[in-house]
Amino acid sequence: MQRIGVFVCWCGSNIAGTVDVQAVSDALRNEPGVVFSTNYQYMCSQAGQDIIIQAVKEHNLTGIVVCSCSPRMHEATFRKTAAAAGLNPYMVEIANIREQCSWVHKDMASGTEKAIILGKAAVAKVNLNAPLTPGETPVTKRALVIGGGIAGIQTALDIADAGFPVDIVEKNPTIGGKMAQLDKTFPTLDCAACILTPKMVDVAQNDNIRIFSYSEVEDIKGFVGNFDVKIRKKARFVKEDICTGCGLCTEKCPVRKVPNEFNLGMDNRRAIYIPFAQAVPKVATIDPDACNMLKSGKCGVCSKVCTAGAIDYKQQDEILDEKYGAIVVATGFNPISMDKFDEYAYNQSKDVITSLEFERLTNAAGPTQGKLLRPSDLKHPHTIVFVQCVGSRCASCAEKGKEYCSKICCMYTAKHAMLIRDKYPDTEVYVFYIDVRTPGKNFDEFYRRAVEEYGVKYIKGMVGKVVPEGDKLKVQASDLIAGKQLHIDADLVVLAAAIEPDKSARPLATMLTASMDTNDFFTEAHPKLRPVESPTAGVFLSGACQGPKDIPETVSQASAAAAKVIGLLVKDKLTGNPCVASANEMMCNGCSTCERVCPYGAITYIDKEFRMPDRTVATRRVAQVNPAVCQGCGACTVACMSGAMDLRGFMSSQIIAEVDAICK
Amino acid sequence: MHNDNRKIADEIILRSGVNPRKCMKCGKCTATCPAFDRMEYHPHQFVYMVETGDIEPLLESKSLYTCLSCFACVDRCPRGVEPAKLVEGVRNAVIRQQGKNHMTADDVPGKLDSDLPQQAIVSAFRKYTK
Amino acid sequence: MKVSYFPGCTLKNKAKDLDVYARKCAEILGVTLEEIENWQCCGGVFTSKDEVATKLSSLRALRYAQDRSQPLVSVCSACHNVLKQTNYLMQNDQAFANKANLYMTSNESCDPYDGTTAVYHYLELLRDVVGFDKIAEKVTNPLTGRKIAPYYGCLLLRPNSVMQMDDPENPTIFEDFIRALGAEPVVYSMRNECCGGYVTMEDPDFSKSKSNAVVNNAVSFGAECVVTACPLCKYNLDKNTHTIPVVYFTELLAEALGIKEDCDNA
Repeated sequence: MQRIGVFVCWCGSNIAGTVDVQAVSDALRNEPGVVFSTNYQYMCSQAGQDIIIQAVKEHNLTGIVVCSCSPRMHEATFRKTAAAAGLNPYMVEIANIREQCSWVHKDMASGTEKAIILGKAAVAKVNLNAPLTPGETPVTKRALVIGGGIAGIQTALDIADAGFPVDIVEKNPTIGGKMAQLDKTFPTLDCAACILTPKMVDVAQNDNIRIFSYSEVEDIKGFVGNFDVKIRKKARFVKEDICTGCGLCTEKCPVRKVPNEFNLGMDNRRAIYIPFAQAVPKVATIDPDACNMLKSGKCGVCSKVCTAGAIDYKQQDEILDEKYGAIVVATGFNPISMDKFDEYAYNQSKDVITSLEFERLTNAAGPTQGKLLRPSDLKHPHTIVFVQCVGSRCASCAEKGKEYCSKICCMYTAKHAMLIRDKYPDTEVYVFYIDVRTPGKNFDEFYRRAVEEYGVKYIKGMVGKVVPEGDKLKVQASDLIAGKQLHIDADLVVLAAAIEPDKSARPLATMLTASMDTNDFFTEAHPKLRPVESPTAGVFLSGACQGPKDIPETVSQASAAAAKVIGLLVKDKLTGNPCVASANEMMCNGCSTCERVCPYGAITYIDKEFRMPDRTVATRRVAQVNPAVCQGCGACTVACMSGAMDLRGFMSSQIIAEVDAICK
Repeated sequence: MHNDNRKIADEIILRSGVNPRKCMKCGKCTATCPAFDRMEYHPHQFVYMVETGDIEPLLESKSLYTCLSCFACVDRCPRGVEPAKLVEGVRNAVIRQQGKNHMTADDVPGKLDSDLPQQAIVSAFRKYTK
Repeated sequence: MKVSYFPGCTLKNKAKDLDVYARKCAEILGVTLEEIENWQCCGGVFTSKDEVATKLSSLRALRYAQDRSQPLVSVCSACHNVLKQTNYLMQNDQAFANKANLYMTSNESCDPYDGTTAVYHYLELLRDVVGFDKIAEKVTNPLTGRKIAPYYGCLLLRPNSVMQMDDPENPTIFEDFIRALGAEPVVYSMRNECCGGYVTMEDPDFSKSKSNAVVNNAVSFGAECVVTACPLCKYNLDKNTHTIPVVYFTELLAEALGIKEDCDNA
């Protein structure tokens, strides 16, 4: 028989406001096995933990029930307390009387009743608890960073700097991501390339970093400290180690009219291309959808002009098997499609562009060599209208826009407007806004400068319709402060398109068993206290894959994720989770159901010899769980038809005892 | 009087099924409204005034009869507020009262021309009278 | 194929053309428009959903089609809008559906309307049932070289959550139809803006400015002709603008199918 102590927490008024904590501790004192029961204002405080330690010693407790907040919050705390008192940490159970009780009830009587029931269930479980000892697993001291934008670059550099090897997998031919496409950066207006490309070079030159560009993660198995990852290196039909990046092939290629994705289709590239001058790796790539040689076997110009002999039309995709201790997701973002917002005529006029397209239009390496010329006729626009929140804060229809604020648009729009007025003072610039959101260091000052020093016309209101007519874009908009409807003949309209996670994030989350929110942003382990960790152990989050972010925030988070990775890789061994499945070999009928449902590949079958009652020996096929791989999800225990599979710490008998206690 | 206004506003909200609290005050409805020049109160003001219970000016406004019911504000609102339905709700609050029809059968002959489709007369009657 | 056909008041009067062309063309395309017996005016506009009475004529048409397991087709944009919105309400608001069905079943001994009738605008019938490619095959008199601006107006497209005909901001059904007839569609941005609608009765100057904004935009893109599906749109554009002709889409269809003269003589 256990000797159980019950400790009911008030959580200030969080619990005590809706639950009669004295009544709970009094009621639980009479439960089977309970020899001590008390309540206290903050059980998680040092004083609260001391009460537990004291009680264990005074009453020779063998088990502990803490009625408090969610086990996600403080289970680890109270397990440590138990260990400090000399108990096995797995003899602690938490009854969640805060999130599942006080926070969802308004009425003291029903809150108290439910708290008592939850406490009884926890007591019933502890009665059947057994001490558990976690195993240890080694750590592979190499990290994988998925995505080679500024987030992935910063994370990789920081991990490498701490002395650990790290690989970057980037799906495009070069690292650099969105930041490489930007012109200037707010609020200091330094040029994006000037601050990004040295970091890209650092990555290329760092002995601890390998770049797998034009590559994608194909499969991920394993667990924290021991991930097995398959990486597909897509055939670029150029030998990466031989190509010198001289660019001769890209000049001679006869296929000239392939839309250039780096300039967002506003100019053309060749079928063999290097995305931009500072690309890393600076290696050519053949676009198989455009290349005549690959499509019809007729051409071969690039091969003829390549003095290094780097062209290889026969190159195949290559699959690499790599092992990692930690994985960082840095898959970034994209602007959403403007197809569903054609009241702004994006699909009807070349002179309606997105803000990212505008970046390319003002960039010296862009399609207009940095001269602000509008796409339709390459004339200098004299009236420019910026529309904010296109598809952001849009709750009317999910397939159209995004309910969240995209966060970066207010600032980059202020930047664009200011730069235009600086370079072309004869240009009238309007910005239509719902709210101007500038929380960030020197951000509001920046926006005010655009208004006060540069004379950008900020108008509180929205654009309702853009009508291309003649060589003008007739903009119809509201000015809510003046109470007017404005009609502006514009030359260029720039849409601040909402941003969304990259499409590769969703399948990646499935491979990682990492959770996402409804918008496909990765969920952090705790929104405030663990913002760079995924709830899946060993998986970390960097940059806009977790939520909209500007560059300063992205870099901060990237370094924070690196610190977490370093903290993991520096360990030689990891303490595992003892709450793993195990098969009762005598009951196992060898049906393989558990093996099929296990998401982690933790179950294998072996042939084992058993001595039968008649002293003969029989060979039977039975399930075996690898405790290092098992994550304790319990899928196998539910699927097992013979009842052979059970989960330590959550045995079927314990669950049933809890249910019985609740239903009693 | 203030309580009466609130009561009328709440009835309009209930009958129209429009929740003015969803409005984030972006003004896109008013930006897109083709009848702006003919309106004393514009779509975003309808939403705001019903939200705050400032109903009286709306009940007396000619704007109730200049809304074209083109539904551009409904489709383009980023928050799904449906301002046109609210305008209709306010209009109904007026014309459903005895003697408050905006148009009578006697008015019609003066407004006809030989090509005017029947549809226009029927629509106007549905919009202006109860 | 046979469909239940709701012509509507205007098509029996000021917009007889729209009706005659539609019927003849449908025959050629293998569709019989069976006019609903004793149909009643749809009311012209779909009004507040707390009104049951104004929905009953549509409900009767919907149930007529349900009884025959036929889709319900109309040509007039306004009728289509009212029928489609009423159908949506019957499908999505159980309380309303119960109330409305009570009116119907108390007088007529038949089953309540179950919301299963498919409501098509004639253009949708052409696109989704007949197929524009099939129409192109039947064209004997292609309208080659003609630059035609489709005018959607409001009622075909909005509210989009109900109408679901096409992308409400960048629709293509009308353009594809024009292409099937061998002509060149003119894409212009005012094609889904209002012509002034029924407010033309009280404020003709206002609908004049709205109609002109539409047609001027079409002309600026080289349109030689505007087509519409709505008698009220046609009236407003015809009366207020005099730059290019405004015709019903069914007339163009009849012309391309080579039966326009037959219709005109009928």
